[in-house]
Amino acid sequence: MNHGPSGRAGALALRGGVTAWVTALVAVPVLVLAWRGIADGPAAFWAAISDPAAVDALWLSGWTAAVASVLNAIAGTALAWVLVRWDVPGRRAIGALVDLPLAIPTLVAGVLIIALFGPQTPIGHWLVGIGIPVAFAKPGIVLALLFVTLPFGVRAVEPVLEELDPAEEEASYTLGATPFYTLTRVLLPPLFPAIAAGAVQTFARSVAEFGSLAAVSGNIPHRTLVAPVYVLGEVEAGNPSGAAAVSLVLLAIALTLQPLGAALARRAGARRA
Amino acid sequence: MGIRVDHLVKNFGATRVVNDVSFEVRPGELVALLGPSGGGKSTVLRMIAGLETADSGEVWLDGERVDHLHARERQVGFVFQHYALFRHMTVGENIAFGLSVRGVAASEQQARVTELLEVMGLRGLGDRMPSQLSGGQRQRVALARALAPRPRLLLLDEPFGAVDAKVREELRRWLRKLHDEVHTTSIFVTHDQDEAFAIADRVLIISQGRLEQSGSPVEILDQPATEFVARFVGDVNVLTGVVRDGRAWVGGVGAEVQGLAEGATVNVVVRAYDLKFWRDDEGPATVRRVMTIGDRVRVEAWLDRAAAPIFAQFPRRSSLLHGVEAGCRIAVEITQARAWPTPGAAE
Repeated sequence: MNHGPSGRAGALALRGGVTAWVTALVAVPVLVLAWRGIADGPAAFWAAISDPAAVDALWLSGWTAAVASVLNAIAGTALAWVLVRWDVPGRRAIGALVDLPLAIPTLVAGVLIIALFGPQTPIGHWLVGIGIPVAFAKPGIVLALLFVTLPFGVRAVEPVLEELDPAEEEASYTLGATPFYTLTRVLLPPLFPAIAAGAVQTFARSVAEFGSLAAVSGNIPHRTLVAPVYVLGEVEAGNPSGAAAVSLVLLAIALTLQPLGAALARRAGARRA
Repeated sequence: MGIRVDHLVKNFGATRVVNDVSFEVRPGELVALLGPSGGGKSTVLRMIAGLETADSGEVWLDGERVDHLHARERQVGFVFQHYALFRHMTVGENIAFGLSVRGVAASEQQARVTELLEVMGLRGLGDRMPSQLSGGQRQRVALARALAPRPRLLLLDEPFGAVDAKVREELRRWLRKLHDEVHTTSIFVTHDQDEAFAIADRVLIISQGRLEQSGSPVEILDQPATEFVARFVGDVNVLTGVVRDGRAWVGGVGAEVQGLAEGATVNVVVRAYDLKFWRDDEGPATVRRVMTIGDRVRVEAWLDRAAAPIFAQFPRRSSLLHGVEAGCRIAVEITQARAWPTPGAAE
């Protein structure tokens, strides 16, 4: 393909086409959004972003994403451990279940949680009774985030864990280390970049999550309204610059986390070599 | 003192991988567990270290029964085939690991690390990461790490299996030398007989979970206790013969054997260097191939009346080789052989 002038022309055309495609699809909308967010001047941007409902929505999205990231890092590492190291029956089934949230539309995921924990269900009724409402409440938001991000934690850690020689653990034991010492000094350090990469990916996805949360959270302003759903509300209420301002914050978070996650994933990969 | 293993048994599912193995190792001895891959020798080693639990049997270290102890409580150093160095730690941190676990003072750790780097020929490499070292260097770091806490016993599982042939040769000599200096009671597992015979004071042959024989390298070679050992050690012919007049006869060639009944059908095991061939047009065998392998010559022939192949090895300049070439007839003399009754044969 790479011989002669026609081959070179073809390569140039391909490169031009790819560049134009990515530009039209990604770069232009991002730039337009950035411009819309700040077009009315810093004062208007500040006013839109410091609206109490916007602040509450961003804060809610931020902390629920953080909680989901930490929980998913722990659960994902433990799950990856089981999938890699345990030769238990049902391991393949667990592996398939882990990937299921990727296949389910997230709105459906939200509906599933309502169907299980909604106030009219026995479980939901009981949970409300003991003061931990899930549906249309903050615990439901975290639960929905854990559901949709389940694969991220597991799949980030799994390949690195596969490369980790079980003999390293055994060496630690023969050298006199306790299981806890072995976990913290021998096992977790080489896994850490991968765990962190999974957590960053979880956070980025959680901050941006819309479908499942629109169904689960109840969308009560100041209480259970997350930032992406707030953005849609502003668009529908005819306030595009308010929507653009909050969108810009979400965009900034995404653009910061993306390279961080990629760098961590590279580091996790490099550790394997 | 030393170590004693009593009637060890281990099953993996329905397979018995270690079947009633007992032996003792004297303090300061360097012993090899030799046998074919999958014969259970690594499992024996791992049970001694506490990395595997015995189904039954006992392990005694310095007169103390240890088989109920966790690996971390046994004070047994272990060297793994693929090094198993902690990849996120420097060479020095790896070596110091067993000391920092025990809360040894930092200055003392540093002194021990420096000392071991010196002994291992790794001076100046303390700050490197394991990934920056060669295979031979990594295995020496693994050895230093195992020795740092001064273990009661050192176990090595196929320690040179992952390095190339030349480095392996070097590491062997070096391990023997190290053992002569440090005197830690040591057991190493290998499937390579040259390795076992080159290094060990004593060799234990293990096959299919059983201890076949224990002895010095010369004893194993010259007085194999079982047909398996005779076949496994060295390059051998196994021929079917019949005992008559105290000799086992194979296709018209007799070999002196002992303790076998007249008329018995036997498996005669003859080492390649315990045979003589020379050109003789009336001889009982025909040469098929003559191969020069380094400083030796391997001659493959066909023993007509036994309808069996037979081969021998000679030094390259041996006078016996005069005129020996493919297609010629040769005389055959068996200078030394051992024989066992053929299983399942009548009489």
